[in-house]
Amino acid sequence: MSNKACDAGRRDFLKAAAAVVTLAPGVTLMSIPAAAAPRPADQPASATQRWGLLVDTTRCTTDCTACVSACRTENGISGHGRPATDPQWIRKIELRNETTGATHSLPMMCQHCANPPCVDVCPTGASFKRADGIVLVDRHTCIGCRYCMMACPYKARSFVHEDVEDQRPDVPRGVGTVEGCNLCVARVDAGGLPACVESCRSNGNGAMLFGDLNDPKSEIAQRVKTYATTQLRADLGLDTGVRYQGI
Amino acid sequence: MKTVAYSEVQGLTPGWMTLLGGLGALIAIGLGSAWYMEHNGHYVTGMSNQVVWGMPHVFAVFLIVAASGALNVASIGSVFGKTAYKPLAPLSGLLALALLVGGLMVLVLDLGRPDRLTVAMTHFNFKSIFAWNVILYTGFFAVVAVYLWMLMDRRMGGWVKPAGFAAFLWRLILTTGTGSIFGFLVARDAYNSAVMAPLFIAMSFSFGLAIFILVLMAAYRWTDRPLGDGIVRILKNLLGVFIAAVLYFVAVQHLTNLYITERHGIEAFILRDGGIYTFLFWGVQIVLGSLLPMALLFHPGLSASRANVALASLLVIVGGLAQVYVIIIGGQAYPLEIFPGMEVVASGFFDGQVAAYSPTAAETMLGISGFALAMAIVAVGATVLRFLPVSLADEG
Amino acid sequence: MAPFSSLPRKREPITGGEWIPACAGMTRKVRIALGLLGVLFAVLTTAPAVAEGVPLPAIPKAKGEKCVEEPQLMRRYHMEFLGHQRDATMRQGIRTTRHSLKECISCHAVDGTDGKPVTIKSEQHFCNACHSYAAVRIDCFQCHASTPEVPGRQAAR
Ligand code: HEC
Ligand code: HEC
Ligand code: HEC
Repeated sequence: MSNKACDAGRRDFLKAAAAVVTLAPGVTLMSIPAAAAPRPADQPASATQRWGLLVDTTRCTTDCTACVSACRTENGISGHGRPATDPQWIRKIELRNETTGATHSLPMMCQHCANPPCVDVCPTGASFKRADGIVLVDRHTCIGCRYCMMACPYKARSFVHEDVEDQRPDVPRGVGTVEGCNLCVARVDAGGLPACVESCRSNGNGAMLFGDLNDPKSEIAQRVKTYATTQLRADLGLDTGVRYQGI
Repeated sequence: MKTVAYSEVQGLTPGWMTLLGGLGALIAIGLGSAWYMEHNGHYVTGMSNQVVWGMPHVFAVFLIVAASGALNVASIGSVFGKTAYKPLAPLSGLLALALLVGGLMVLVLDLGRPDRLTVAMTHFNFKSIFAWNVILYTGFFAVVAVYLWMLMDRRMGGWVKPAGFAAFLWRLILTTGTGSIFGFLVARDAYNSAVMAPLFIAMSFSFGLAIFILVLMAAYRWTDRPLGDGIVRILKNLLGVFIAAVLYFVAVQHLTNLYITERHGIEAFILRDGGIYTFLFWGVQIVLGSLLPMALLFHPGLSASRANVALASLLVIVGGLAQVYVIIIGGQAYPLEIFPGMEVVASGFFDGQVAAYSPTAAETMLGISGFALAMAIVAVGATVLRFLPVSLADEG
Repeated sequence: MAPFSSLPRKREPITGGEWIPACAGMTRKVRIALGLLGVLFAVLTTAPAVAEGVPLPAIPKAKGEKCVEEPQLMRRYHMEFLGHQRDATMRQGIRTTRHSLKECISCHAVDGTDGKPVTIKSEQHFCNACHSYAAVRIDCFQCHASTPEVPGRQAAR
């Protein structure tokens, strides 16, 4: 069995280009407009990219929850009718400006900070930021202490309070660990869009834009360069990957 | 100075059996509660995605803070050379270790995945103050164990002072670490403050000594050993000073927040509008847990009664639990301000709303079992090794 | 500043002639030995089918031509492969399929009496075949799906 793994690596590499489209049965990647050229499956995420999301609150409407439903379907999230302990990855919030009375509607999820407090506080390093800026929980080393939830300024994470069954193979989730929006990391790795963004585009109002903030040519980079956008709790200096326009 | 004679407590007497039987029952109920919580998932507790740390953390933090404080009595003897405290040093060390074990048990059993304790011991994120606490707790056991050895092994007499000094330093760092678990939470107005570390140190002095006084009185009473008024007087005066120190830091904490406009919301919540939290703050923490015990301890007539000293110590513990409850639960119940200048009209996740928390019996029993475990360890420890001086009667 | 532990845990590359799992300390070897002993014991007491000369408990047949590794190697080292893949996928986003748990599940799915793949609750499940003999307990399926993706299920939801 000499050099087995080396051979394996090479073989995987050759397969990789073709493998992307057939990666996950049931996910039809072909129909999804790619955010960027998909990274080969054997290549690690790289810091040359920084995934980001721009929400145009002027387009987002109160009655629309397309992003929330898409997230639930994609990630196999279902509640038990116990809102205080049910899982929570993305939510809609309605706001009213206290002085002007202007109202806004927007989706709220993990802001994928460049300097995430959840990562700072996690004792085991289970909370981590991937090279391309996606903030994740490695649920293999999460001990369920919930300190990250104490630290997060956005209430972006939730603790799995009950047994989970019927998970989607692409999205493992389980009791006793902390979870949150992962920007649909498996889809993004395959060159696709997060489910919320895709659904906002096709079933909602096209208020969400996903892309590489580090790529000056990307639409999102152009937009944040041209228009004034807001980072929530910008005072904390966290440099969020999710930006809002119109609030 | 004459040498102090120590002896073991007689075990297996009816009283001893009753005590340990009772503590054992409490521990068993606590373990059962933990199993129930883990088996069903945390939804059976009062904790939620809004109040993520609940009653177990109140007890765990209280016990851990008190643990380092319980060591003070020994430190004052060994480090600051106060002879009157020296005979109390072994009990002080034992109590410190026991309280820490109790607190950590509660903390670990509340984890979502207690089965992954080994992960916590092998994966460290050195930027996390929580990870540092794991190291500080582990180190505390080692440092205090060595200190106890130096204390109890006559041949090691010369090493008592350095060992005591190391333990003292370690415990200061440890409590700084515990306070900073909250102090470093940048996002929450209720915490994010450097005063948390000294506040927790003052709290540890006070809570630890209160528990120490009660344990000492109970031990000497139940084993029919003489306990002089002199030693009680010293300890009760010290407790009074520590209570005042806590009040001072609490005042600094709230005055600072009252000055910062951004934090007026959380201050109004805790001090005025918070319902249960306001009641616990003023009624239990301040009046019952601080002012009343200070009166009992310093009033010339009242403080002469040993029962009043015991009552004051008990009140400090009750007030301390209330204080930790207000800090931990109150701080989380108050909503996070994600959109300054905006009012949250509707949210799918309780944004902008005060979170509800009502502890269930299971999580409370888990917390109490931490106390019980600590007391059981002290009782067994004093039975197998010579921790208690035969007599603490006043000299001359 | 990246915290130390957010770096992928180091494992030695799987190269060289006689491959030894990277974290094969004494304990690991002992555990594997004990596990295999357990399997052996179970085999001897229940006398099941003998597959390719290697006595093992009745292991359900897999779909597909052959395994992603030599079955011999798989039997012993699947936990190492999975652990390695887990860290690579989780931490770095490497999504090769070869050692992916999801792929093991799609090939090694076992159909129950109702014609649908059985879940990990069933003794029939591939991953239970040896583990229940060897008294190995794994928590993977508290999170990971123990059955392959049902085509169209996602859309139907
Ligand atoms: C392409 C389909 C396929 C994939 C993917 C696959 N296997 Fe296999 N596996 C097989 C086949 C075929 C065999 C041969 C055994 C047989 O004859 O049924 C086998 C054998 C095995 C055996 C030995 C069973 C025995 O009979 O002793 C183990 C253990 C095993 N696989 C584990 C895994 C693990 C773990 C993974 C994921 C990392 C995996 N397999 C992925 C098809 C697959
Ligand atoms: C608490 C939940 C949880 C548990 C328990 C768990 N995993 Fe995972 N696992 C995940 C998540 C979440 C991912 C990330 C999936 C992704 O990014 O696509 C993952 C990914 C993986 C991957 C890479 C994806 C794939 O399918 O190949 C492997 C391999 C893996 N886990 C192995 C294991 C093994 C082996 C165990 C048991 C020892 C285990 N996991 C237990 C949650 C869990
Ligand atoms: C050929 C028999 C066999 C099959 C089939 C099998 N395993 Fe194992 N597995 C073992 C044995 C034996 C051990 C114990 C080795 C040890 O303790 O190190 C083990 C250990 C493990 C471990 C490590 C457990 C620990 O506590 O360290 C994991 C993870 C694991 N198996 C996953 C799987 C998965 C997932 C499958 C199904 C795809 C599977 N195994 C199928 C025999 C098997």
